[in-house]
Amino acid sequence: MSVDTDVKTLVIDEQEVSARSGQTILEVARENDINIPTLCHLEGLSDIGACRLCLVEIKGSNKLLPACVATVQEGMEVSTDTERLRKHRRTVLELLFAERNHVCSVCVSNGRCELQSMAQEQGITHIRFPYRHAAYSVDASHERFTADHNRCILCLRCVRACAEVEGAHVWDVMGRGIDCLLITDLHEEWGRSTCTRCGKCVQVCPTGALFDKSKIGSDHPKYPDFLPFLNLMREAQ
Amino acid sequence: MTIEELEQIALSVRQENAKYDYELNVCMDLACASQGAEKLKDALVKAAEAGAKRVLVRRTGCMGPCSHGPLVRIDPDETLYSRVQAEDAYRIVASLGGALAAGLECDLHEHFDSQVRVVLENAGYIDPEKIDDYIARDGYKALLTVLTEMTPNGVTHRITESGLRGRGGGGYPTGLKWGTVAKAAGNQKYVVCNGDEGDPGAFMDRSVMEGDPHRVIEGMAIAAYAVGANKGFIYVRAEYPVAVSRLTTAIREARRRGLLGNNICNTVFNFDVEIRLGAGAFVCGEETALIASIEGKRGTPRTRPPYPAASGLWGKPTLINNVETFANIAPIVRNGGKWFHDMGSERSKGTKVFALTGKIANTGLVEVPMGIKLREIIEKIGGGVPEGHTFKAVQTGGPSGGCIPAEMLDVGVSYDALLKMGSIMGSGGMIVMDDTSCMVNVARFFVEFCMTESCGKCIPCRAGTAQMHTLLTKISNGTGTLEDLELLEDLCSTVKEASLCGLGQTAPNPVLSTLKYFRHEYIEHIIEKRCRAGVCAMEISAEVTA
Amino acid sequence: MAAFIPPPLPSEDKRWKIVNGTMRKNGFARHALIETLHTVQSSFGYLDDDAIRFVAQSLRVPLSQAYGVVTFYHHFSLKPPGRHTLTVCAGTACYIKGADKLIAAAEERLGIAPGKTTADGEVSLMMARCVGACSRAPVALCDGEVHGEMTCRHLCEQLERWKAQ
Repeated sequence: MSVDTDVKTLVIDEQEVSARSGQTILEVARENDINIPTLCHLEGLSDIGACRLCLVEIKGSNKLLPACVATVQEGMEVSTDTERLRKHRRTVLELLFAERNHVCSVCVSNGRCELQSMAQEQGITHIRFPYRHAAYSVDASHERFTADHNRCILCLRCVRACAEVEGAHVWDVMGRGIDCLLITDLHEEWGRSTCTRCGKCVQVCPTGALFDKSKIGSDHPKYPDFLPFLNLMREAQ
Repeated sequence: MTIEELEQIALSVRQENAKYDYELNVCMDLACASQGAEKLKDALVKAAEAGAKRVLVRRTGCMGPCSHGPLVRIDPDETLYSRVQAEDAYRIVASLGGALAAGLECDLHEHFDSQVRVVLENAGYIDPEKIDDYIARDGYKALLTVLTEMTPNGVTHRITESGLRGRGGGGYPTGLKWGTVAKAAGNQKYVVCNGDEGDPGAFMDRSVMEGDPHRVIEGMAIAAYAVGANKGFIYVRAEYPVAVSRLTTAIREARRRGLLGNNICNTVFNFDVEIRLGAGAFVCGEETALIASIEGKRGTPRTRPPYPAASGLWGKPTLINNVETFANIAPIVRNGGKWFHDMGSERSKGTKVFALTGKIANTGLVEVPMGIKLREIIEKIGGGVPEGHTFKAVQTGGPSGGCIPAEMLDVGVSYDALLKMGSIMGSGGMIVMDDTSCMVNVARFFVEFCMTESCGKCIPCRAGTAQMHTLLTKISNGTGTLEDLELLEDLCSTVKEASLCGLGQTAPNPVLSTLKYFRHEYIEHIIEKRCRAGVCAMEISAEVTA
Repeated sequence: MAAFIPPPLPSEDKRWKIVNGTMRKNGFARHALIETLHTVQSSFGYLDDDAIRFVAQSLRVPLSQAYGVVTFYHHFSLKPPGRHTLTVCAGTACYIKGADKLIAAAEERLGIAPGKTTADGEVSLMMARCVGACSRAPVALCDGEVHGEMTCRHLCEQLERWKAQ
């Protein structure tokens, strides 16, 4: 097979782009500075297509595809920013805000939160849905970190970082549907779990759900960029 | 096992049966069993032993008209007795060869006349725990014919020619699916039977697994030959313990007869089947979730592609069909693709088994040619809504389906027609509702179902169904507003279009279809604070708001 | 790398041997998790932390993953069941025919919500997602035995019978 057949050309938002076979729409879009919003996606982790923010339209198909997992096809015409997509994105974000207790003003991640900035980016000014106001626990048993389930959006970045990169798989999800809850080990306290205390889960958490205790009251940036680097170094070994 | 040996077994069963003057077939399916069929069978055995005539008492799977159970059919006369109790046993045995036992006979001609039985051809005629009973009714003949006379491609071609479409709900062309798996690269492939019949109100798959388990195994083995698989799994829901035990027996018997295992029919074909138990999760009916569950994980669906045909169980090419689909395979192989193709409507071929339940005279399982009018199923076969009440809607397709109103009853049943009406075929549940059912309440019931069955992975389904439920609760208790209704419709479109898997994508269907046909009931709840069916308790009375 | 040695059985209880048997039959493969949990549930009636830990460690499944599986599937119970179990089917056909009234009657009579067991450990009240006996709706299961066309009166009589035992 010649190398040429591995190259695909396609159109994203009326811009002609080329891609390697097997690349996702999201990868190609970002290479070409086309912004597709994401929450559960994080470079360096496997993709699960769960947050549905990266849905895009494909010409000739009524089905919306998640750009983070859908691979490029020769000649496909992708739209990433239509009114239909914007509407779904706004609704998905509103659903997240109404699901748990995201009160930005009292959150450690205020100003550094991906959910918050995504809402601003998508022009959300108010939430149409009734807030569920369910009370979630805060697990402060760990000597360094805190898990505040009120802020969790179940993106599963922490689960994937712990299982795929750290290799410990201390985090997972219990229950199902609206009752899903992040757990460590057998739903035990984080501080008493088999946690390796590496802190990767905290760095990849997009909101204030997992945070560093020492940062309370101060600016709390997170640094998830180490993941691709770590993967690269491990592959090189 | 060779074809000659198979025919020898069939012959000896027929010879054995011929020794009896009469056969008393007792339906022991769940519905009849719940009305005392077990005791009845024991009593009939006793009575038969005491009587002078040679009588064979046989337990069978579901005969169909469950509301008339416990059922006993007497052959060769084909007399059907309904609502039989153990006390009637001596009377029935004494009546053999004479006048019918008074008060037990039932005339269900209307019910049976329009039915065509393919999947249910053995239901009521064989003992599900006896492989030889199945063999005597042409069982495993198709498998051995395929192994000795047909190429894998030839088998797939015959299934394609038949026009069979997946009976699990989606209606994907079965032949096309088989062809894709057959073409997929790799030495290890799997065949999976989806017996996770999760749609509440549908029980045809349970009935087939319990009443005619070998039919499923034979269909799977033929499929395995066609696609090049050597291992099969039947995924059965934990709520069906009898199906699990019947299938376990059937697999053991098939192995003993050399119809499963290595070198089947002295060929190089190897195939074996294992049962995997579900554990109470509706979403596991979705094929990628089902695969995750067989792999021992949480039953969360993943995005497709890759489809299981390319990357399924443990990443290997996997064919997944549901129970009723596999149950159609042997008859298609035996009778030819054209025979099947000649039945049904233009784009939906063959027959379909429906579970008729709800407010209808004859509840139970019916099998009809595709294309038959809904009215015929409900009014003729089902005997209509019991007197004193009027038909309001029939719900098809389970929680992913919709409610079809009276004015649409003259539409012929097919995948496409049901879709056009805002419902789906689904697995074939038909729940009839009358004027005592409130459509807002019904919509809320289904949304509650989807909410608790959502796996929680994607946001539109996890949080969206919960919000739909909140809004529907408000509307049903009289505290909803017209703005809530608008918001509900808007939310439905996002849940439908943005959810990851079929559960979320179809969860709004019961809401959208009731809004389409019964919008006035929603408006009554909101404006008049009134539930015409008297089901919903209003938190605000009309007088207060007036 | 050292060969993997499965953990010792949690106690002398013979039922652990049955559990171990399921895992051995499946070659201690990770995918046997749900099969094994079924064996635990049918042997012990429920799954406690010790059981989940033992199974997870034997199959080399992360603890959180095993717990995630147990709590995902509604068939698995983390608490011991009552001496008797009343299960009311809440499928569509049963609902249309008044299963909600049966549930309300059982709740009132037992003073517990579905999914709970009475304080004396006598009766567990459960709801099922369709047992497939829809043609005889509404349906209830008394200790697993299917009863069709159930009425509130029959249901209460059954509860009385259990009480009298």
